[in-house]
Amino acid sequence: MIINKNEIPSLLDKLAAEYRVMAPVKKNGLVEFAAIKSGEEACLTYANTKKPGKEILFPQSEELFNYTVDAEGVRMQDNVDPTSTIVFGMRPCDAKSLVLLDNVFKNDQYEDVYYLTRRNNTLIVGLGCNEPAATCFCSSMACGPFSKEGSDIFLTDIGEAYVVEGISEKGKELLAKLGLAEAGAEARAAAAKLQQEVKADGTINIEGLSDKLGGMFEHPFWDRLHEKCLGCAACTYLCPTCHCFDIADEAKDCNGCRVRNWDACMFPLFTLHGSGHNPRPNGKARWRQRLMHKFNYFVERYNATACVGCGRCIKNCPVNLDIRQALADIRALD
Amino acid sequence: MRNPYLPLPMKLVKNFTETSDKLIHTFTFEFLNEQDAENFQYRPGQFAEVMVYGKGEAPFGIASSPTEKGILKFSVAKVGVVSTALHMLEEGTIVGVRGPLGNSYPLEQLKGKSLTIIGGGFAFTTLRSTIQYILDPANRGDYGDLTVIYGARNPGLLLYKDELAAWDARSDINLITTIDREVEGWTGRVGFIPTVTKEVAPKSDYAIICGPPVMIKFTLPVLVECGFTPDRIIMSLENRMKCGIGMCGRCNVGSKYVCKDGPVFTKEQLDRLPNEY
Repeated sequence: MIINKNEIPSLLDKLAAEYRVMAPVKKNGLVEFAAIKSGEEACLTYANTKKPGKEILFPQSEELFNYTVDAEGVRMQDNVDPTSTIVFGMRPCDAKSLVLLDNVFKNDQYEDVYYLTRRNNTLIVGLGCNEPAATCFCSSMACGPFSKEGSDIFLTDIGEAYVVEGISEKGKELLAKLGLAEAGAEARAAAAKLQQEVKADGTINIEGLSDKLGGMFEHPFWDRLHEKCLGCAACTYLCPTCHCFDIADEAKDCNGCRVRNWDACMFPLFTLHGSGHNPRPNGKARWRQRLMHKFNYFVERYNATACVGCGRCIKNCPVNLDIRQALADIRALD
Repeated sequence: MRNPYLPLPMKLVKNFTETSDKLIHTFTFEFLNEQDAENFQYRPGQFAEVMVYGKGEAPFGIASSPTEKGILKFSVAKVGVVSTALHMLEEGTIVGVRGPLGNSYPLEQLKGKSLTIIGGGFAFTTLRSTIQYILDPANRGDYGDLTVIYGARNPGLLLYKDELAAWDARSDINLITTIDREVEGWTGRVGFIPTVTKEVAPKSDYAIICGPPVMIKFTLPVLVECGFTPDRIIMSLENRMKCGIGMCGRCNVGSKYVCKDGPVFTKEQLDRLPNEY
């Protein structure tokens, strides 16, 4: 199917009448996902959002439940959000990250109702990347500028129009309702050409990396890697696959709420025991944790690498630490 | 979908000062709803998140045994925001409890076996649960000889003093208590846990050990000397935790989460994990 770019605002208006539509919008000089009221607000020419798309399902800060305690006892109100949502124009790296996060928020014993309820009520419209940024390396990470994993519907920008593909059943059902025109042979060929030819940095070879890291916990490699790191955790906050969180209570008088906030393994407090003991007491241990988690522990648990190559950790690092270099250095070790 | 983050309401029925330094209290909670009591099926070695409304929640090993119906007990040291708030709670206050969480001591697998249980300091809570469970008339016949070695810095810091006295009077449990330095009136042993363990030289099928890292470090070689193989030394770890259900990412040791894959591991399992706990 196909849709002309000038028809996008009216399509979004139509969708917004029925769903909450989250789309990239320009705000304070940055691009971020926000609920839009009018299709005109959407900005589909962005490279990537500052904050990762995970925040739509797993917000930076969210109130899990509220409670009131008084003479009559305890009353709780759960804040599960079942709003039907369409995310329009998510980049393939962020769409793939949601597939990875699904592993975390549902395990053999427990289901995270807050994440999963949003997940089950959200449809992802992915948008391929015609011009990957210099920091993008999705082509190295079982993803790519036109990876459709995690998208329900996928858009390919062929200039004047988007070629539209239904990927999941959910996506195909929505497309059937929208009644878009069929794409002609020329448009389809243009999309296929882009999908085949456009690549991000694909030079980082992670084959066998997990096994290699498995035997590297005590390796001297970790002694110096972290040296210029400031421990600001921008890399982890802005990582679409990082899922660590903190739980805290906020209360005033008899009303309180349980809040979940993004947290990061790069902070010393993250693992500090009440006794003062800290199993990861320094930058070395924390950097090792970050890399090990992504490229070994996550692989062992879920058989997937917890990196999609979005490059946010590179772009936002105040001291220019580049995870691609770290991976190349590990590969170069004997 | 059941929401694993929502606490069950419980009433604090007893806030008991356990140790002479007053830093450890034992809290007894009663379920407010009968259905919750029925659903809260736990095993010795598991833990729960205890919540003080308005302050937050923190994970504590369950000190009561499943054979003690309708209540949960926790012995808590005063260290942080939640534990301090707990210490100051008046009896009758409603708290929240989320659990049971984590795996447990493998008591099914240990049936028919003799056991040595070693505890140090206030890490004796889930061990109390285990001992209480085994000593229950309904279960005692399922297990062989039971040796318990328990130490604290001084007599005042031993937990569950009344129960220790009662156990000492029984013939179906060999209880050895020890303190670090001689104190007038003390009739038990004097010496650190590793030394006392060496003197006692327990011969059992399995050992369960829980205590501060330094005690574990020096006691493990003694157990190996006594002939316990790594798959027969059972330990319980603790790490900073939030969710307790394997999602928030902080309590991992290698690819294992202490909250969900543990807290109980055999030495054999731990030997295969990074030494980062």
